[in-house]
Amino acid sequence: MSAPEVFQLSMGPLTGVAFGPDRSQVAVSPNNNEAQIYSRSGDSWDLKQTLSEHDKLITSISWAPNTNRIVTCSQDRNAYVWTPTAQGWKPALVLLRINRAATCVKWSPKEDKFAVGSGARTIAVCSFDEENNWWVSKHVKKPLRSTVLSIDWHPNNVLLAAGAADAKAYVFSAFIKGIDAKPEPTVWGDRLPFGTICGEFASPNGGWVHDVAFSPSGDALAFVSHDSSVNIVYPSGPGEPPAAFISVRCPSLPYLSLTFTNESQLVAAGHDCQPVVFSGSSSGWAYSHSLDEAAASGSRALTPNATGTRSASGGGRLNSEAFNMFKAADTRGQTKAPVSGAGAGAGAIPVGSDGMLLTVHQNSITSVEPYEWNASGEVVKVSTVGKDGRLVLWPVSGKAPGGIAGRMANLQM
Amino acid sequence: MSNTLRPYLNAVRATLTTALTLDNFASQMVERHNKPEVEARTSPEVLLQPLIVSRNESERVLIEPSVNSLRLSIAIKQADEIEKILCHKFTRFMMMRAEGFVILRRKPLPGYDISFLITNFHSESMLKHKLVDFIIQFMEDVDKEISEMKLSLNARARIVAESYLATFV
Repeated sequence: MSAPEVFQLSMGPLTGVAFGPDRSQVAVSPNNNEAQIYSRSGDSWDLKQTLSEHDKLITSISWAPNTNRIVTCSQDRNAYVWTPTAQGWKPALVLLRINRAATCVKWSPKEDKFAVGSGARTIAVCSFDEENNWWVSKHVKKPLRSTVLSIDWHPNNVLLAAGAADAKAYVFSAFIKGIDAKPEPTVWGDRLPFGTICGEFASPNGGWVHDVAFSPSGDALAFVSHDSSVNIVYPSGPGEPPAAFISVRCPSLPYLSLTFTNESQLVAAGHDCQPVVFSGSSSGWAYSHSLDEAAASGSRALTPNATGTRSASGGGRLNSEAFNMFKAADTRGQTKAPVSGAGAGAGAIPVGSDGMLLTVHQNSITSVEPYEWNASGEVVKVSTVGKDGRLVLWPVSGKAPGGIAGRMANLQM
Repeated sequence: MSNTLRPYLNAVRATLTTALTLDNFASQMVERHNKPEVEARTSPEVLLQPLIVSRNESERVLIEPSVNSLRLSIAIKQADEIEKILCHKFTRFMMMRAEGFVILRRKPLPGYDISFLITNFHSESMLKHKLVDFIIQFMEDVDKEISEMKLSLNARARIVAESYLATFV
């Protein structure tokens, strides 16, 4: 695996990231009311244009790859669609009709609609109104009881998944008459008028759902919640309990974002500051490895009396591996040695002798997005951005069936 | 470090690291506002279960996490009247200069001597593990500080009494 590419775009957090269609441009917001468009030149990113129309923090940015439009949403309750012209990007206001902060936005796969989640317990599904030349929205309100934290579109352009602070992940229909053709029946349902609830899931221990993602086929839904679990749901049919509900509980800090790389593998990242890979199928999912090799090896290489050991270990002569194993069994109920990279429990992020973390990201990762696909449609590179202002591109070893790369990836455990 | 202090601080450190998983979260109640939810207390679903880590009946730490903020209140050991006065003066001195300490709250919670309020903006602008280290360091030092002050106060009282009574000898 080659090394990740690291770019420091800002000193503060980056609050939205969206790559342009050919990956030569990226739109990010440096934790304020402006979105910046960088263009890549060699090994660095140059600031090309600043989009300033919002007057509060921009929470999310989405860039449509085919129609080349950007949509930004902000805590000032507005969203703007930006279209490229000869003079730069021009904004168009969206009639969101929400009265609280907009939290997340995403273009639909066909790019004729986008959805905006908000703190008004509403999801606004927006489509273009040719007559008036503006974007109008329809609201999904019904079962949402708290702020919507994340949304994701099903590949069929109709179904919409949302994760909310009421500890639930939902799947809705966002079918808009006149724009969508009648969708093919899926495992989520066959009759789908606007606002139909096709699924409602919660992680076993509760906790705010930080991110949701459909698998590439759309037949599975994954979500990460604040109880440090990664949950994958395989629905069986409308109105029936899911065929499989897999919940992987992790000893790490909660994950904030996830994305599928193929049907049997996903990348999740969050407060642990490193992206980790989970793999599995409808029969079960498991932690596979961390993409951050330095962190994974660092937690092994750190001697127990290094300044950074943050686990609840006593110093000196009692700090042998066997002692720690029994201690972990005693205090945390862990029966086997913790997986390196997943950390020896919460708060065990390895710290170097200079006081910086050994991971590439120095603070929580807020977003994981696919960056590059191979010929068969599998994600081979993902991008992450964090609260430390870094943008990192990670190579993901695709797990070819029976391939040596896949086996090597498993060997790391 | 005494035998009971280390596990106490380790427990606080583990709890604090876990609780410091904060996000930017705009208010659900007030338009265009962004308030620390643990102080506003307007949406019950974004508050987590508060937790008390206690070393003995007089020393304990209350940690109240929420989606975008965390409140940590410390009860400092006060064995006698002098320590009570010293502790009160010491925490008051600091809380009057709360801006300089960034995460210090101007008033402690009832039943506690000093409170910190850490929001997502603090955890974004500062390294998270350094924040935890700071709190732990503070807890270690405050006991030391107060017992040192008590010693110097006693020494001073003795000198004063001796020099005062010397005139009657």
